[in-house]
Amino acid sequence: MSTTTVAHHDDHAEHPTGIMRWLTTTNHKDIGTMYLTFSLIMFLVGGAMILGIRAELFKPGLQLMNPDFFNQLIGVHALIMIFAALMPAATGFANWMIPLQIGAPDMALPRLNNWGFWLLPPSAILLTLPFTLALFGIGDGALATGWTFYPPLSIQGGIGVDFAIFAVHLLGISSVLGSINVIVTIFNMRAPGMTLMKMPMFVWGWLITAFLLIATIPVLAGAVTMLLTDRHFGTHFFDAAGGGDPIMFQHLFWFFGHPEVYILLLPVWGFIPQILETFSRKPMYGYKAQVYSLWGIGALSVVVWAHHFFTAGMPVPALLYFMYSTMAISLPLAVLFFCWIKTMWRGSMSFETPMLFAVGWIILFGIGGLTGLVLADVAADAQYHNSYFVVAHFHYTLFAGGIMGIMAGTYYWLPKMTGHMYSEKLGKLHFWLTAISFNMTFIPQFFLGLAGMPRRIPDYALQFAEFNMISSIAAFTLGLSQLLFVYNIISCARGGKKATDKVWEGAQGLEWTLPSPPPYHSFTEQPVIK
Amino acid sequence: MALIEESKVDESRVEKLENLTTKEQLDLKNKKLVRKLLWLVVGSLLFAFALVPLYDVLCTLTGLNGKTQNSAALMSKAKVDNTRWVNVQFTSNVMPGLGWNFYPKQASIRLHPGQIETVLFVAKNTTNEVVIGQAVPSITPGIASANFKKIECFCFVRQSLNPGEEKEMPLRFFVSPELPKDVTDMTLSYSFFPAVNESK
Repeated sequence: MSTTTVAHHDDHAEHPTGIMRWLTTTNHKDIGTMYLTFSLIMFLVGGAMILGIRAELFKPGLQLMNPDFFNQLIGVHALIMIFAALMPAATGFANWMIPLQIGAPDMALPRLNNWGFWLLPPSAILLTLPFTLALFGIGDGALATGWTFYPPLSIQGGIGVDFAIFAVHLLGISSVLGSINVIVTIFNMRAPGMTLMKMPMFVWGWLITAFLLIATIPVLAGAVTMLLTDRHFGTHFFDAAGGGDPIMFQHLFWFFGHPEVYILLLPVWGFIPQILETFSRKPMYGYKAQVYSLWGIGALSVVVWAHHFFTAGMPVPALLYFMYSTMAISLPLAVLFFCWIKTMWRGSMSFETPMLFAVGWIILFGIGGLTGLVLADVAADAQYHNSYFVVAHFHYTLFAGGIMGIMAGTYYWLPKMTGHMYSEKLGKLHFWLTAISFNMTFIPQFFLGLAGMPRRIPDYALQFAEFNMISSIAAFTLGLSQLLFVYNIISCARGGKKATDKVWEGAQGLEWTLPSPPPYHSFTEQPVIK
Repeated sequence: MALIEESKVDESRVEKLENLTTKEQLDLKNKKLVRKLLWLVVGSLLFAFALVPLYDVLCTLTGLNGKTQNSAALMSKAKVDNTRWVNVQFTSNVMPGLGWNFYPKQASIRLHPGQIETVLFVAKNTTNEVVIGQAVPSITPGIASANFKKIECFCFVRQSLNPGEEKEMPLRFFVSPELPKDVTDMTLSYSFFPAVNESK
């Protein structure tokens, strides 16, 4: 791993211009910007796909697409949103903010960092290319198994599955490289005097995320590799006829898949308290309790995976174990919720856009967490499993808990990154449109699930028609509202009111001691923390 | 001689470390940590593949997934437990790609634990080719699977059927008297797969 580039780059602040700047850059701010831009683009691509789904579900019956294409859209939507939108967004913030928050001149492994990013566009192409190939009569389209790749369906599937497997390999390598970089940066590059327990919460959240990624992504890589050899090289890992077991894939997949949920959320749990303390103008409540809770959740997240397939069949003691351990996660999570609320308690609060998103985030993510508790109950899960209740639940955790959190972070740090203030008016409008249409999209889905509507099916019984129509209309509103977000970001990057160095009156932390935007090379002399 | 040379090398190394700038020291530190983390990555990749045999061991031990012993059990030496009955139901599936009809001749059987019984399954090849199939058994509830003992079963080996051939295939079994007291019903399901080359 070439780390000598740190020295090389310090010699001159000049960088190549045009496309070569972005292709060859090893600067953490440039790479962070590329991650965030890529994430925003893929967020729109994944969103467009799901609007196709919602359009089909607008009315009962098949109107717009055949069921196979419907299945492809669902699986690729999930893979894109998780691996190409949420994860790169978190990594983008990590690149931008971790060096600034710990007072480091750059990430520890800048060339690796560049490589980590440039693996992403090819994998996004691998994921979506089969759609285009199918138009020319090559193959039968993208992966149609849902993002979970369950065999035997994924073994019988077409070339889309192979494309998705290779995309997952690339995405996995990219996030493992990113994680190694984050851990090395945090352990070796902190400013003198910044002990671990003085680190900003975002840095803590990312440190745990990075360890989870290193522990679980290789398991996913192994599982999809077994799938690949089952498909093409005559092995029978998941084929019962050859002595394998399809259920084993579910164990392998969710051994990765459940920690993945926390991989997506931990960085957000890191910076939300920072936003709360900024706009409550008082220090974060329970710093230590939050750090220990983050570790607790990180540790528990790798031992609860089988609650994703209670209905696949398990001995009763195993069911009980996975139920209780899953429910145990709500204890440290409750500690976090109390700390977040107590941070705001009797604060001198103001509601700029980042704070609006953060407060809305607490409520909506709370709903996601509570409905998860219902699903963790083995007896209740038998009814909810694979229904729209599950879909609504994980969108409350991943759209509200993940993406709305990322939006809060975007508005919070955008003035720092660009040097300009975004339009507060448009930001607030974006928040209210997003929050309302999000709830209108997914609250009906809770009830659809309770009434028995299964997920991943392009057609439905007539009694589900009204709620699906409401959900579809709201989903289109939600999707179109995001154009405001894109417009606000672009216009903020191009100009606008100059942002001050501190940007927010109550902002805490090293990143706010730098000018807005920070110079290309910052903290070449490390600050000393008292 | 060798000793002297070694000490020389050591000295020059010490000298080098002292001459290193802070940046170079950091590079060394980073490289060390990266190496450790890469071992962690390799470790979890190996763990993924280690889970395959571990999973099999766990399933056989606990009856997770209703996997039964796929080899002949010894004849029952245990006494027949006349104090209770067990109801064993039979179901069958034919997996895609196998052009067979396959069904149990009787839907269920009532027996005492320890009592040896024979039931017949019927398979018919409806295609005009020779087809080889492999039956895979599964027991529900999984907790009882270790107590279902097969003495003779068509599932131990592959079955070959000529075009249009119909065959009665016997299963000779008993339920071990160690069956947990609360299990009164169990279901034996057979899925017939197109045979594949075993490579695992």
